[in-house]
Amino acid sequence: MTQFVAAVSSLGAFALVAGIILAIAQKAFRVEGDPMVEKIDALLPQTQCGQCGYPGCKPYAEAVASGEADVNHCVPGGERTMLQIADLMGVEPKSLEEEAAAPMLAFIREDECIGCTLCIKACPVDAIVGAPKQYHTVIADHCTGCTLCVEPCPVDCIDMLLKPELIEHWAWPLPDTTRARLGQERRSQHAGAA
Amino acid sequence: MPALLKNLSRKLGMMPFGFHGGVEVDQRKLTASMAIEDCALSPVLILPMKQHIGEACTPLVHVGDYVKRGQKIARAEGYVAAPVHASASGKVVKIEEHRIAHPSGMGLPCIFIEPDGDDASETLEPWEDWAERDPGELRERIRMCGLVGLGGAVFPTFIKLVRDQRHAVETVILNGIECEPYLTTDHRLMLEHADEIVAGLAIIRHMVGAREAVIAIEDNKPDAVETMRRAVVAAGLEDVRVTVMPTRYPQGSEKQLIQAITGREVPAGKLPVHIGVLCQNVGTAQAVFHAVRHGRPLTERVVTVSGEAVPRPGNLRIPFGTPVRFVLAGRGLEDLNDIHIIHGGPMMGERLRNIDVPVVKATNGLLAVPEPQMSSMQSSEQPCIRCGHCSEVCPVMLVPNLLADHCRNDEFTRAEQYQLFDCIECGCCSYVCPSTIPLVHYFRYGKGQLAQIRRSEAFAEESRLRSEAREQRLEREKQAKAARRSRVRKTHAPAEPSDNNATGKEES
Repeated sequence: MTQFVAAVSSLGAFALVAGIILAIAQKAFRVEGDPMVEKIDALLPQTQCGQCGYPGCKPYAEAVASGEADVNHCVPGGERTMLQIADLMGVEPKSLEEEAAAPMLAFIREDECIGCTLCIKACPVDAIVGAPKQYHTVIADHCTGCTLCVEPCPVDCIDMLLKPELIEHWAWPLPDTTRARLGQERRSQHAGAA
Repeated sequence: MPALLKNLSRKLGMMPFGFHGGVEVDQRKLTASMAIEDCALSPVLILPMKQHIGEACTPLVHVGDYVKRGQKIARAEGYVAAPVHASASGKVVKIEEHRIAHPSGMGLPCIFIEPDGDDASETLEPWEDWAERDPGELRERIRMCGLVGLGGAVFPTFIKLVRDQRHAVETVILNGIECEPYLTTDHRLMLEHADEIVAGLAIIRHMVGAREAVIAIEDNKPDAVETMRRAVVAAGLEDVRVTVMPTRYPQGSEKQLIQAITGREVPAGKLPVHIGVLCQNVGTAQAVFHAVRHGRPLTERVVTVSGEAVPRPGNLRIPFGTPVRFVLAGRGLEDLNDIHIIHGGPMMGERLRNIDVPVVKATNGLLAVPEPQMSSMQSSEQPCIRCGHCSEVCPVMLVPNLLADHCRNDEFTRAEQYQLFDCIECGCCSYVCPSTIPLVHYFRYGKGQLAQIRRSEAFAEESRLRSEAREQRLEREKQAKAARRSRVRKTHAPAEPSDNNATGKEES
């Protein structure tokens, strides 16, 4: 009998201590927000373009993390981003619905700008500078090419231009050999089939 | 016992340490016995705004301006940069984008000068008393003269010539290896201007305060060794060692040369200065001498014009900006059918698709070879047979065949784990590959893709911060507005004029 009491009480005491430690740990090491959302958000290109149907990259990341949205809706991210998110979520890759367009850049034709500030308010990354009744202009280095400023402009003075190619950013293409080409084709087929 | 002797003789500096791998290449130094000649003046000189590693320069002159040779025509922007000087006196006729020698075939803004033939020049004050001058002052002079490493990497010279408390330079190595086939510019410079090179070495040594100085020359240039030895003695610098190295490609590569001479390896991602070594090309040493002693900026360089397809090969002193077409025509090569032109050496150089590009600070050679000679390298890639030859010859001890597989399959993270960025692109692996796999091309592809991924990741991160900052600001504005409204309601005052000047600025 005493053995039984000793066993129960010692195990009970241990369970109590462990429970207290766990309770403290839960408070002390609490993770703010959903780590999955952060991880997905880090993979997204942050253009904030809304082409996925959500009002920005973070909301899309939240939707994907909660299982509400598929992994293949990020257009500018392209195949690479889709594969990374699928890998992170542990789901099957899905083929993309839209091809990623070449990187663009907004450009304001300043002599036509009336200084209405509507594009400034629309820009998700604060890449347009200007003041009421003053010309606005796009900071080229900060523009993500999301096109969100084009629609609100009442005088249609914003053009989307191709991002200029810099010689410093030029990268060597794959060698022009049969084996390199075959590999590339096989990869794109694989991604397409998935 | 022989190993012990070998080690001892290495320690005493009698025998070089050598480096891993490398290949023996057919030397083909067709122009080794030809004296340096001056190239004729081209009717137009095209000076690109970037002839160095680093940031591009900004033009200082306008169309119609008259410039003298040696006049600074473009200002260096940023730290890693070298200014551009006019390479002849004449008129600036236009400033516009022009093709340069670059594998992309893209262009850069260039200043076009029409020389007047007067050769009026502008120099800085000659410093005969350089030995009494402060190293910092000399460094500024070298920076102003637009000096870059003339071995081919065109890294701004002044950056290396610094006295750093944490990394004191103990050894200065002058690189007279010239291991690329065909090229003989350094060889001729050592034969004809040994005194200037040695004087340049003395200046460099004074600047960095190095105890030891070595001039390294391969054993296929015994005449250069002899001349340099005599020049060193003549200059009274008996402690400068002229070391003869066994001929082996790519010994002229900075890190390989340092390893071959000191027996120490430059760690991955580090610079030679981190192990107390400074390495300069012999041509750069001569340019340092001219910049300091004569106040002469860098406006010309010696270029080997060679190859089996050139009727009259030679070593030419060419003003920067001279079009390659003009140089080749001057050596009797006008019909370019079935001929490949290579900018640089045959191992690391690039094939020029367009020969209207100008000679720049990086141009150490211009080679013309008949097409059939090249076609064997172009023949299609066969599967790897796992012979391991590429690993044997790799001077940085990589595993090129696996690395190429990862690059081909777009597995860039894997390629990085296999130390892709340690590859010096010397081309030894491609040279020996029996399956003619274009290994270096794969590595360049991989490096380029990885750089692009890094750039877009950095840009995404920056955009995310901007977007978050904006969200927070909008939230603050909303709260401020709500607070104001409730205040207004409390005081029963007439409604405030609506806040319509929100311009995306913090203060609203």
